[in-house]
Amino acid sequence: MAGNHKHSDPLPETVLRVKSLESLLIEKGLVEAAALDALIDRYENKVGPKNGAKVVARAWVDEEFKERLLKDGSAAIAEFGFSGAQGEELIAVENTDKIHNVVVCTLCSCYPWPVLGLPPVWYKSAPYRSRVVREPRKVLEEFGTKLPAGTEVRVWDSTAETRYLVVPKRPEGTEGLSEDELTQLVSRDSMIGVSEALGPTATKGG
Amino acid sequence: MDGVHDMGGMHGMGPVVAEENEPVFHGDWEKRMFAMNNAISALGVRNIDESRYARERMNPAKYLGSSYYEIWLDGLIRILSEKDLISEEELLGAVAPRPVSTPKPALKAEDVDPVMSKGGSYTADTGKAASFRVGDRVRARNIHPSDHTRLPRYTRGHEGIVIADYGIHVFPDASALGKSAPQHLYNVKFASTELWGPDGTEGDYVYIDLWDDYLEALPHAT
Repeated sequence: MAGNHKHSDPLPETVLRVKSLESLLIEKGLVEAAALDALIDRYENKVGPKNGAKVVARAWVDEEFKERLLKDGSAAIAEFGFSGAQGEELIAVENTDKIHNVVVCTLCSCYPWPVLGLPPVWYKSAPYRSRVVREPRKVLEEFGTKLPAGTEVRVWDSTAETRYLVVPKRPEGTEGLSEDELTQLVSRDSMIGVSEALGPTATKGG
Repeated sequence: MDGVHDMGGMHGMGPVVAEENEPVFHGDWEKRMFAMNNAISALGVRNIDESRYARERMNPAKYLGSSYYEIWLDGLIRILSEKDLISEEELLGAVAPRPVSTPKPALKAEDVDPVMSKGGSYTADTGKAASFRVGDRVRARNIHPSDHTRLPRYTRGHEGIVIADYGIHVFPDASALGKSAPQHLYNVKFASTELWGPDGTEGDYVYIDLWDDYLEALPHAT
Protein backbone atom coordinates (compact mmCIF):
# COMPACT_ATOMS: atom_id res chain seq x y z
CA MET A 1 0.00 0.00 0.00
CA ALA A 2 1.30 3.43 -0.89
CA GLY A 3 2.24 5.70 1.97
CA ASN A 4 3.00 2.80 4.23
CA HIS A 5 6.59 2.16 3.27
CA LYS A 6 8.31 5.39 4.29
CA HIS A 7 7.90 5.34 8.00
CA SER A 8 9.59 2.14 9.04
CA ASP A 9 8.28 0.48 12.15
CA PRO A 10 10.38 0.99 15.26
CA LEU A 11 12.51 -1.80 16.62
CA PRO A 12 10.77 -3.72 19.41
CA GLU A 13 13.58 -2.60 21.73
CA THR A 14 12.78 1.05 20.98
CA VAL A 15 9.18 0.56 22.05
CA LEU A 16 10.33 -1.31 25.15
CA ARG A 17 12.87 1.36 26.03
CA VAL A 18 10.26 4.11 25.77
CA LYS A 19 8.05 2.08 28.12
CA SER A 20 10.92 1.53 30.56
CA LEU A 21 11.78 5.20 30.48
CA GLU A 22 8.20 6.24 31.16
CA SER A 23 7.86 3.78 34.05
CA LEU A 24 11.10 4.98 35.55
CA LEU A 25 10.26 8.68 35.19
CA ILE A 26 6.84 8.12 36.76
CA GLU A 27 8.31 6.10 39.62
CA LYS A 28 10.83 8.85 40.27
CA GLY A 29 8.09 11.47 40.27
CA LEU A 30 9.60 13.29 37.28
CA VAL A 31 6.53 12.95 35.07
CA GLU A 32 2.87 12.15 35.66
CA ALA A 33 1.01 9.85 33.28
CA ALA A 34 -2.05 12.11 33.18
CA ALA A 35 0.10 15.05 32.09
CA LEU A 36 1.55 12.94 29.27
CA ASP A 37 -2.00 12.10 28.16
CA ALA A 38 -2.91 15.79 28.22
CA LEU A 39 0.17 16.73 26.17
CA ILE A 40 -0.68 14.11 23.56
CA ASP A 41 -4.31 15.25 23.44
CA ARG A 42 -3.27 18.87 23.01
CA TYR A 43 -1.09 18.23 19.97
CA GLU A 44 -3.17 15.44 18.48
CA ASN A 45 -6.53 17.18 18.78
CA LYS A 46 -6.29 20.85 19.68
CA VAL A 47 -3.20 22.42 18.14
CA GLY A 48 -2.60 21.82 14.45
CA PRO A 49 -2.53 23.41 11.00
CA LYS A 50 -6.18 24.41 11.29
CA ASN A 51 -4.91 27.16 13.59
CA GLY A 52 -2.55 28.47 10.94
CA ALA A 53 -5.27 28.25 8.30
CA LYS A 54 -7.46 30.58 10.35
CA VAL A 55 -4.61 33.06 10.64
CA VAL A 56 -3.87 32.99 6.91
CA ALA A 57 -7.52 33.25 5.86
CA ARG A 58 -7.88 36.28 8.13
CA ALA A 59 -4.79 37.83 6.55
CA TRP A 60 -6.33 37.28 3.10
CA VAL A 61 -9.55 39.10 3.94
CA ASP A 62 -8.33 41.72 6.41
CA GLU A 63 -5.50 43.92 5.21
CA GLU A 64 -5.00 45.52 8.63
CA PHE A 65 -4.69 42.12 10.27
CA LYS A 66 -2.17 41.09 7.62
CA GLU A 67 -0.08 44.13 8.43
CA ARG A 68 -0.16 43.27 12.12
CA LEU A 69 0.76 39.66 11.33
CA LEU A 70 3.74 40.63 9.20
CA LYS A 71 4.87 43.17 11.79
CA ASP A 72 4.57 41.00 14.90
CA GLY A 73 3.53 37.41 14.24
CA SER A 74 3.27 36.33 17.87
CA ALA A 75 1.02 39.25 18.81
CA ALA A 76 -1.20 38.69 15.76
CA ILE A 77 -1.76 34.95 16.34
CA ALA A 78 -2.50 35.73 20.00
CA GLU A 79 -5.63 37.49 18.71
CA PHE A 80 -6.88 33.94 17.98
CA GLY A 81 -5.65 32.62 21.33
CA PHE A 82 -2.68 30.86 19.69
CA SER A 83 0.59 31.15 21.59
CA GLY A 84 3.35 29.37 23.42
CA ALA A 85 5.95 26.66 23.00
CA GLN A 86 7.81 26.70 19.69
CA GLY A 87 6.09 29.89 18.59
CA GLU A 88 7.28 32.40 21.15
CA GLU A 89 8.81 34.55 18.42
CA LEU A 90 6.71 33.96 15.35
CA ILE A 91 7.60 35.67 12.10
CA ALA A 92 5.18 35.56 9.19
CA VAL A 93 6.57 35.86 5.67
CA GLU A 94 4.30 36.60 2.73
CA ASN A 95 4.30 34.99 -0.69
CA THR A 96 3.61 37.34 -3.58
CA ASP A 97 3.72 37.14 -7.37
CA LYS A 98 7.44 37.82 -7.13
CA ILE A 99 8.52 36.08 -3.92
CA HIS A 100 8.06 32.52 -2.69
CA ASN A 101 9.07 31.62 0.87
CA VAL A 102 9.82 28.15 2.22
CA VAL A 103 10.83 27.12 5.74
CA VAL A 104 13.24 24.50 7.03
CA CYS A 105 15.31 23.66 10.08
CA THR A 106 18.52 22.13 8.76
CA LEU A 107 19.94 21.50 12.26
CA CYS A 108 16.96 19.77 13.91
CA SER A 109 13.19 20.08 13.58
CA CYS A 110 12.18 23.62 14.57
CA TYR A 111 8.59 24.29 13.49
CA PRO A 112 5.89 26.78 14.56
CA TRP A 113 3.78 24.54 16.82
CA PRO A 114 1.07 27.04 17.87
CA VAL A 115 -0.03 27.53 14.26
CA LEU A 116 0.98 24.28 12.54
CA GLY A 117 1.07 21.69 15.32
CA LEU A 118 3.82 19.08 15.11
CA PRO A 119 5.89 18.69 11.94
CA PRO A 120 5.35 15.86 9.47
CA VAL A 121 8.07 13.21 9.22
CA TRP A 122 9.38 14.53 5.90
CA TYR A 123 10.05 17.97 7.39
CA LYS A 124 12.37 16.39 9.99
CA SER A 125 13.96 14.02 7.49
CA ALA A 126 17.51 14.15 6.13
CA PRO A 127 16.38 14.59 2.49
CA TYR A 128 14.37 17.74 3.21
CA ARG A 129 16.82 19.25 5.69
CA SER A 130 19.83 18.66 3.43
CA ARG A 131 18.30 19.63 0.11
CA VAL A 132 15.89 22.52 0.48
CA VAL A 133 18.60 25.10 1.25
CA ARG A 134 20.59 24.06 -1.79
CA GLU A 135 17.95 23.20 -4.39
CA PRO A 136 14.61 24.54 -3.17
CA ARG A 137 13.09 24.65 -6.64
CA LYS A 138 13.74 20.96 -7.18
CA VAL A 139 12.32 20.03 -3.81
CA LEU A 140 9.23 22.16 -4.45
CA GLU A 141 8.75 20.48 -7.81
CA GLU A 142 8.63 17.14 -6.02
CA PHE A 143 5.71 18.59 -4.07
CA GLY A 144 4.09 19.57 -7.37
CA THR A 145 5.02 23.24 -7.06
CA LYS A 146 6.60 24.66 -10.17
CA LEU A 147 7.84 28.22 -9.69
CA PRO A 148 8.45 30.60 -12.60
CA ALA A 149 12.14 31.38 -13.14
CA GLY A 150 11.46 35.04 -12.30
CA THR A 151 10.09 34.27 -8.84
CA GLU A 152 12.59 34.90 -6.05
CA VAL A 153 12.86 31.93 -3.70
CA ARG A 154 13.56 32.70 -0.07
CA VAL A 155 14.48 29.76 2.14
CA TRP A 156 14.25 30.42 5.89
CA ASP A 157 16.52 28.18 7.96
CA SER A 158 15.17 28.18 11.53
CA THR A 159 18.44 28.13 13.44
CA ALA A 160 17.21 30.13 16.46
CA GLU A 161 14.02 30.26 18.55
CA THR A 162 12.30 32.37 15.92
CA ARG A 163 9.70 30.36 14.03
CA TYR A 164 8.55 31.11 10.51
CA LEU A 165 5.05 30.89 9.05
CA VAL A 166 4.49 31.30 5.33
CA VAL A 167 1.42 33.27 4.28
CA PRO A 168 0.65 31.69 0.91
CA LYS A 169 -0.85 33.68 -1.94
CA ARG A 170 -4.62 33.87 -1.97
CA PRO A 171 -5.70 31.72 -4.91
CA GLU A 172 -7.45 33.35 -7.83
CA GLY A 173 -11.18 32.94 -8.17
CA THR A 174 -11.78 33.04 -4.41
CA GLU A 175 -13.26 36.53 -4.21
CA GLY A 176 -16.71 35.20 -3.37
CA LEU A 177 -15.58 32.88 -0.59
CA SER A 178 -16.10 33.60 3.08
CA GLU A 179 -13.21 33.67 5.54
CA ASP A 180 -14.38 30.32 6.86
CA GLU A 181 -14.44 28.79 3.37
CA LEU A 182 -10.99 30.21 2.67
CA THR A 183 -9.51 28.34 5.66
CA GLN A 184 -10.18 25.10 3.78
CA LEU A 185 -7.78 26.19 1.05
CA VAL A 186 -4.88 26.81 3.42
CA SER A 187 -3.01 23.53 3.57
CA ARG A 188 -0.26 22.77 6.05
CA ASP A 189 2.22 22.44 3.21
CA SER A 190 1.31 25.89 1.88
CA MET A 191 2.22 27.37 5.27
CA ILE A 192 5.59 25.58 5.23
CA GLY A 193 6.00 26.87 1.70
CA VAL A 194 6.42 23.64 -0.26
CA SER A 195 3.01 24.10 -1.90
CA GLU A 196 0.64 26.85 -2.92
CA ALA A 197 -2.76 27.21 -1.30
CA LEU A 198 -5.45 24.98 -2.81
CA GLY A 199 -7.72 26.23 -5.58
CA PRO A 200 -11.33 27.33 -4.93
CA THR A 201 -12.74 23.94 -5.95
CA ALA A 202 -11.20 22.48 -2.80
CA THR A 203 -13.86 23.99 -0.54
CA LYS A 204 -16.62 21.71 0.66
CA GLY A 205 -19.19 21.36 -2.09
CA GLY A 206 -17.10 23.67 -4.30
CA MET B 1 29.96 20.32 16.57
CA ASP B 2 30.44 19.36 12.95
CA GLY B 3 28.03 16.45 13.25
CA VAL B 4 25.66 14.67 10.90
CA HIS B 5 22.74 16.67 12.32
CA ASP B 6 24.17 19.73 10.52
CA MET B 7 22.99 18.52 7.15
CA GLY B 8 22.15 21.64 5.16
CA GLY B 9 23.54 21.16 1.66
CA MET B 10 24.60 17.51 2.01
CA HIS B 11 24.17 15.20 -0.97
CA GLY B 12 22.92 11.65 -1.18
CA MET B 13 20.00 11.74 1.23
CA GLY B 14 17.50 10.78 -1.47
CA PRO B 15 14.13 12.21 -2.43
CA VAL B 16 11.76 13.93 0.00
CA VAL B 17 8.90 11.51 0.48
CA ALA B 18 5.72 12.82 2.04
CA GLU B 19 3.24 10.41 3.56
CA GLU B 20 -0.33 11.02 2.47
CA ASN B 21 -2.76 11.74 5.30
CA GLU B 22 0.05 11.34 7.78
CA PRO B 23 -1.17 10.95 11.37
CA VAL B 24 0.24 13.26 14.05
CA PHE B 25 1.90 10.25 15.69
CA HIS B 26 2.89 6.85 14.33
CA GLY B 27 2.09 4.55 17.20
CA ASP B 28 1.80 4.91 20.92
CA TRP B 29 5.53 4.99 21.60
CA GLU B 30 5.89 8.23 19.61
CA LYS B 31 3.10 9.82 21.63
CA ARG B 32 4.71 8.88 24.92
CA MET B 33 8.15 9.97 23.72
CA PHE B 34 6.86 13.36 22.57
CA ALA B 35 4.99 13.90 25.82
CA MET B 36 7.84 12.82 28.11
CA ASN B 37 10.26 15.18 26.44
CA ASN B 38 7.88 18.10 26.94
CA ALA B 39 6.85 17.16 30.46
CA ILE B 40 10.51 16.98 31.50
CA SER B 41 10.97 20.58 30.34
CA ALA B 42 8.69 21.72 33.17
CA LEU B 43 11.16 20.41 35.78
CA GLY B 44 13.77 23.06 35.00
CA VAL B 45 16.56 20.47 34.82
CA ARG B 46 17.79 21.18 31.31
CA ASN B 47 17.43 23.95 28.76
CA ILE B 48 16.54 23.67 25.07
CA ASP B 49 20.18 23.95 23.98
CA GLU B 50 21.35 21.18 26.33
CA SER B 51 18.50 19.13 24.96
CA ARG B 52 19.57 19.69 21.34
CA TYR B 53 23.23 19.12 22.14
CA ALA B 54 22.34 15.79 23.73
CA ARG B 55 20.57 14.68 20.52
CA GLU B 56 23.48 15.80 18.37
CA ARG B 57 25.81 13.50 20.27
CA MET B 58 23.89 10.39 19.23
CA ASN B 59 26.11 7.91 17.41
CA PRO B 60 26.16 9.43 13.89
CA ALA B 61 25.38 6.20 12.04
CA LYS B 62 22.42 5.67 14.35
CA TYR B 63 21.31 9.30 14.02
CA LEU B 64 21.01 8.94 10.25
CA GLY B 65 19.20 5.62 10.58
CA SER B 66 16.71 6.80 13.19
CA SER B 67 13.31 8.42 13.08
CA TYR B 68 13.06 11.75 14.87
CA TYR B 69 11.41 10.36 18.00
CA GLU B 70 14.14 7.71 18.23
CA ILE B 71 16.60 10.60 18.26
CA TRP B 72 14.54 12.22 21.03
CA LEU B 73 14.62 8.98 23.02
CA ASP B 74 18.40 8.76 22.78
CA GLY B 75 18.80 12.45 23.62
CA LEU B 76 16.44 12.45 26.59
CA ILE B 77 18.11 9.43 28.19
CA ARG B 78 21.52 10.97 27.54
CA ILE B 79 20.72 14.36 29.12
CA LEU B 80 18.84 12.90 32.12
CA SER B 81 21.76 10.53 32.74
CA GLU B 82 24.25 13.38 32.51
CA LYS B 83 22.14 15.37 34.96
CA ASP B 84 22.29 12.35 37.25
CA LEU B 85 18.51 11.99 37.33
CA ILE B 86 18.39 8.47 35.89
CA SER B 87 20.89 5.69 35.23
CA GLU B 88 21.15 2.86 32.73
CA GLU B 89 20.97 0.38 35.63
CA GLU B 90 17.68 1.88 36.74
CA LEU B 91 16.34 1.78 33.18
CA LEU B 92 17.22 -1.89 32.90
CA GLY B 93 15.61 -2.57 36.26
CA ALA B 94 18.90 -3.82 37.67
CA VAL B 95 18.67 -1.48 40.66
CA ALA B 96 15.81 0.18 42.49
CA PRO B 97 15.06 3.76 41.35
CA ARG B 98 16.97 6.24 43.46
CA PRO B 99 15.01 9.29 44.70
CA VAL B 100 15.96 12.58 43.05
CA SER B 101 15.02 16.21 43.53
CA THR B 102 14.40 18.81 40.83
CA PRO B 103 14.10 22.62 40.83
CA LYS B 104 10.42 22.38 39.93
CA PRO B 105 7.80 19.66 40.51
CA ALA B 106 6.45 17.33 37.82
CA LEU B 107 4.00 18.84 35.34
CA LYS B 108 0.35 18.27 36.27
CA ALA B 109 -2.29 17.43 33.67
CA GLU B 110 -4.27 20.56 34.46
CA ASP B 111 -1.18 22.71 33.89
CA VAL B 112 -0.37 21.33 30.43
CA ASP B 113 -2.41 23.84 28.44
CA PRO B 114 -1.37 26.93 30.42
CA VAL B 115 2.30 25.90 30.46
CA MET B 116 2.44 25.04 26.75
CA SER B 117 0.45 28.16 25.81
CA LYS B 118 2.89 30.29 27.78
CA GLY B 119 6.03 28.78 26.24
CA GLY B 120 9.55 29.79 27.15
CA SER B 121 11.61 32.92 26.89
CA TYR B 122 14.84 33.08 24.93
CA THR B 123 15.48 36.78 25.08
CA ALA B 124 17.58 38.70 27.60
CA ASP B 125 17.39 42.28 28.86
CA THR B 126 21.12 42.84 28.81
CA GLY B 127 24.05 41.36 26.97
CA LYS B 128 26.93 42.04 24.64
CA ALA B 129 26.51 45.25 22.65
CA ALA B 130 25.43 44.80 19.04
CA SER B 131 28.38 44.62 16.64
CA PHE B 132 26.19 44.95 13.56
CA ARG B 133 23.30 46.95 12.23
CA VAL B 134 20.60 46.20 9.71
CA GLY B 135 22.08 46.65 6.24
CA ASP B 136 25.62 45.68 7.28
CA ARG B 137 27.54 43.28 5.09
CA VAL B 138 28.86 40.45 7.21
CA ARG B 139 30.67 37.16 6.87
CA ALA B 140 29.76 34.02 8.80
CA ARG B 141 32.95 33.17 10.64
CA ASN B 142 34.89 30.10 9.64
CA ILE B 143 34.82 28.51 13.07
CA HIS B 144 34.31 24.90 14.09
CA PRO B 145 33.18 24.72 17.71
CA SER B 146 33.43 21.14 18.92
CA ASP B 147 30.43 21.62 21.23
CA HIS B 148 26.94 22.83 20.40
CA THR B 149 26.49 25.62 17.88
CA ARG B 150 23.67 26.91 15.69
CA LEU B 151 25.98 28.19 12.99
CA PRO B 152 25.35 25.79 10.10
CA ARG B 153 28.45 24.58 8.30
CA TYR B 154 27.11 25.63 4.92
CA THR B 155 27.16 29.30 5.93
CA ARG B 156 30.71 29.47 7.25
CA GLY B 157 33.03 31.75 5.36
CA HIS B 158 30.18 33.16 3.31
CA GLU B 159 29.02 36.74 2.99
CA GLY B 160 25.55 38.04 3.60
CA ILE B 161 23.58 41.10 4.65
CA VAL B 162 21.97 41.70 8.03
CA ILE B 163 18.27 42.20 7.34
CA ALA B 164 16.93 42.17 10.90
CA ASP B 165 18.15 42.57 14.47
CA TYR B 166 15.92 40.43 16.70
CA GLY B 167 17.44 41.83 19.89
CA ILE B 168 19.40 40.20 22.69
CA HIS B 169 18.94 36.44 22.93
CA VAL B 170 20.29 33.52 24.89
CA PHE B 171 23.41 32.27 23.11
CA PRO B 172 23.02 28.55 22.39
CA ASP B 173 26.74 27.72 22.29
CA ALA B 174 27.07 28.91 25.91
CA SER B 175 23.67 27.77 27.07
CA ALA B 176 24.28 24.18 25.92
CA LEU B 177 27.22 24.10 28.34
CA GLY B 178 25.24 25.62 31.21
CA LYS B 179 26.85 29.03 30.68
CA SER B 180 25.42 32.39 29.68
CA ALA B 181 26.56 34.88 27.03
CA PRO B 182 23.48 36.76 25.83
CA GLN B 183 23.95 38.70 22.61
CA HIS B 184 22.12 40.03 19.57
CA LEU B 185 20.45 37.65 17.18
CA TYR B 186 20.20 38.75 13.56
CA ASN B 187 18.64 37.50 10.41
CA VAL B 188 21.21 37.34 7.65
CA LYS B 189 20.40 37.03 3.96
CA PHE B 190 22.77 34.95 1.82
CA ALA B 191 22.58 34.70 -1.95
CA SER B 192 22.13 31.14 -3.14
CA THR B 193 25.08 31.59 -5.51
CA GLU B 194 27.26 32.86 -2.61
CA LEU B 195 26.56 29.65 -0.69
CA TRP B 196 26.60 27.17 -3.55
CA GLY B 197 28.57 28.90 -6.28
CA PRO B 198 27.49 27.96 -9.79
CA ASP B 199 25.24 25.26 -8.33
CA GLY B 200 23.12 27.92 -6.67
CA THR B 201 20.36 29.86 -8.38
CA GLU B 202 20.82 33.50 -9.30
CA GLY B 203 18.16 35.58 -7.58
CA ASP B 204 17.34 33.04 -4.85
CA TYR B 205 18.30 33.57 -1.20
CA VAL B 206 18.66 31.75 2.09
CA TYR B 207 17.77 33.64 5.29
CA ILE B 208 19.39 32.41 8.46
CA ASP B 209 19.18 33.50 12.10
CA LEU B 210 22.71 34.04 13.38
CA TRP B 211 24.14 35.37 16.66
CA ASP B 212 26.61 38.21 16.98
CA ASP B 213 29.57 35.92 17.77
CA TYR B 214 28.99 33.97 14.54
CA LEU B 215 29.63 37.01 12.36
CA GLU B 216 32.46 39.29 11.33
CA ALA B 217 32.21 42.69 9.68
CA LEU B 218 32.92 43.36 6.03
CA PRO B 219 33.65 46.78 4.57
CA HIS B 220 30.64 48.66 3.27
CA ALA B 221 30.11 48.58 -0.46
CA THR B 222 31.13 51.85 -2.03
